[in-house]
Amino acid sequence: MPIHDQGYRRYGGDKTRGGTGWIVITRAGIRTFFAKRAFLGLLLVSWFPFFVRAVQIYAATNLPQAAFLAPTPETFRQFLDQQQIFVFFVTVYVGAGLIANDRRANALQIYLSKPLTRAEYVFGKLAILMAFLALVTWLPAIVLLIVQISFAGNFTFFKNNIFLFPAITVFSFVQVTMVATAMLALSSLSKSSRYVGILYAAVIFFTQAIYGVLYAVTRSTSLSWISFSANLSQIGDVIFRQPLKYDTPWPVSLMMIAGLIVISGVILERRVRGVEVVA
Amino acid sequence: MTEGDPVVTLENVSVAYGKHLALRDVTSSFSSGAVGLLGPNGAGKSTMIKALLGFIVPERGRMRVLGVDVAESPLEIRARVGYMPESDAHIPGMNAVSFVAYCGELAGLPGVDAMQRAHEVLFYVGLGEARYRNVETYSTGMKQRIKLAQALVHDPDLLFLDEPTNGMDPKGRDEMLELVRDLAHNKGVNLILSSHLLPDVEYTCDQVVVMDKGAIAAAGPIAALKQPRGRVYELRVKTPTGGIEAFLQRLRAAGLDCHATDEDVMRVFVPGEGGARELFALASAERVQVRHLRPSVPTLEDVFAHAVGEE
Repeated sequence: MPIHDQGYRRYGGDKTRGGTGWIVITRAGIRTFFAKRAFLGLLLVSWFPFFVRAVQIYAATNLPQAAFLAPTPETFRQFLDQQQIFVFFVTVYVGAGLIANDRRANALQIYLSKPLTRAEYVFGKLAILMAFLALVTWLPAIVLLIVQISFAGNFTFFKNNIFLFPAITVFSFVQVTMVATAMLALSSLSKSSRYVGILYAAVIFFTQAIYGVLYAVTRSTSLSWISFSANLSQIGDVIFRQPLKYDTPWPVSLMMIAGLIVISGVILERRVRGVEVVA
Repeated sequence: MTEGDPVVTLENVSVAYGKHLALRDVTSSFSSGAVGLLGPNGAGKSTMIKALLGFIVPERGRMRVLGVDVAESPLEIRARVGYMPESDAHIPGMNAVSFVAYCGELAGLPGVDAMQRAHEVLFYVGLGEARYRNVETYSTGMKQRIKLAQALVHDPDLLFLDEPTNGMDPKGRDEMLELVRDLAHNKGVNLILSSHLLPDVEYTCDQVVVMDKGAIAAAGPIAALKQPRGRVYELRVKTPTGGIEAFLQRLRAAGLDCHATDEDVMRVFVPGEGGARELFALASAERVQVRHLRPSVPTLEDVFAHAVGEE
């Protein structure tokens, strides 16, 4: 006679109502990536520029000889620009497989057979990538601002540049949203994460290369709207109140970014389904 | 929904993939307990299940699951049903217990309860010892079991099992059928078992809905469908060379239903009271020797063959 019956038992506990499934997806996704040593290494390296900047701020505030290193709003703008390379690597590492791997393993029908909407699924996946991207953009920039206040021992710089906190937040949000939605849309197009990574790199470098060729021919920066990196840079300069690098009007750049996000949304709406219908 | 009400109802449901009509104006109901959804490949069984889950929106018609309208409250339905898909499906990069617990959490269980139930259902489906292995390393049979586990973890009121014995070896298949039967008959879980395998449905289910070419061909309790409205015989004959076709045509023209089985024996359904006498008369008229004639009990196979017009 068995001591404990390991048969099936009915469940008598409570179940949460719908709407929280995306949190489960995001939590599990974040946990999965934090368990990977290679990814932790990438995160660590992505914070290296932060430490360099922190040393710069320390020197500027404590050593009179290094006063020329004193931070300006441009310092923060440049810092976020430098982080773009890590944004690229994190996007490819985390984002390429987010939906592609689920499609390869037919996991979508598992997800969508649970009380979970397609929007919740997409939002859950998007939140994974956005959280990690915020970890290499928004978080170090904000901590850098706090470091400046701490080393200076006063709020003078912060008060004089009060727009920096919202500027860092808004620019990071625009950058992270654009990159994450584009990558997620590409991830939904294939079952191979490797292929998605290559495709993403191709889109980024191809648009930049086309702009480079056109610039070489026309000697004008008014066609910079072709490049997504240039559009982002243009918006960044507007947000940080810096001189614009390109002749393209910033609303055009903003429209291009918004257009990319909308197109990504449309692709996700079509591709994330519980059943693949080939009519 | 009260006890005794059907767990699933469909009213004039049509589903199309482009120009191809996968479900044609289907009206049916599935009572509580274990119901088999039987039909050949391409009959529309999986399409029906996917429509009931809200994966596919029908061209027209109305569906209710557990008394809830599919079009109005698909999430409420999905919280109360479990779905075991036909194809291999898992969440990549997870071991079995994490995968099943994750599915439980997605279905609304608190984290601790989901993990506890994941362990329980994995033992129940026979994967207790392999629960810390990555699902991607599982054999086909184990993958079938884990699909059942993820469908069960949140204790659904209704289970949709789409070809649960696909790709399993005979021993694994028997064990899977035993689990399905236990769930339906001892654990009080309503289930709809989609299969093209008659023995699977006959062993596990009390009722059957037979589908063919996107329409319902027959439905009802298996026992009632097997009730003879005539007589069934096993028949082996010797005919002049090439004469068997003529004899079969003669049988069909006389309203007798016949289809071949293994070992050169055909099963002949004789409606009405004519019985063996009618068979002998027809054989005599065609100059066919009856070598073997034995009354038989109607099987689900007869019901199925009769319903889908199989020869």
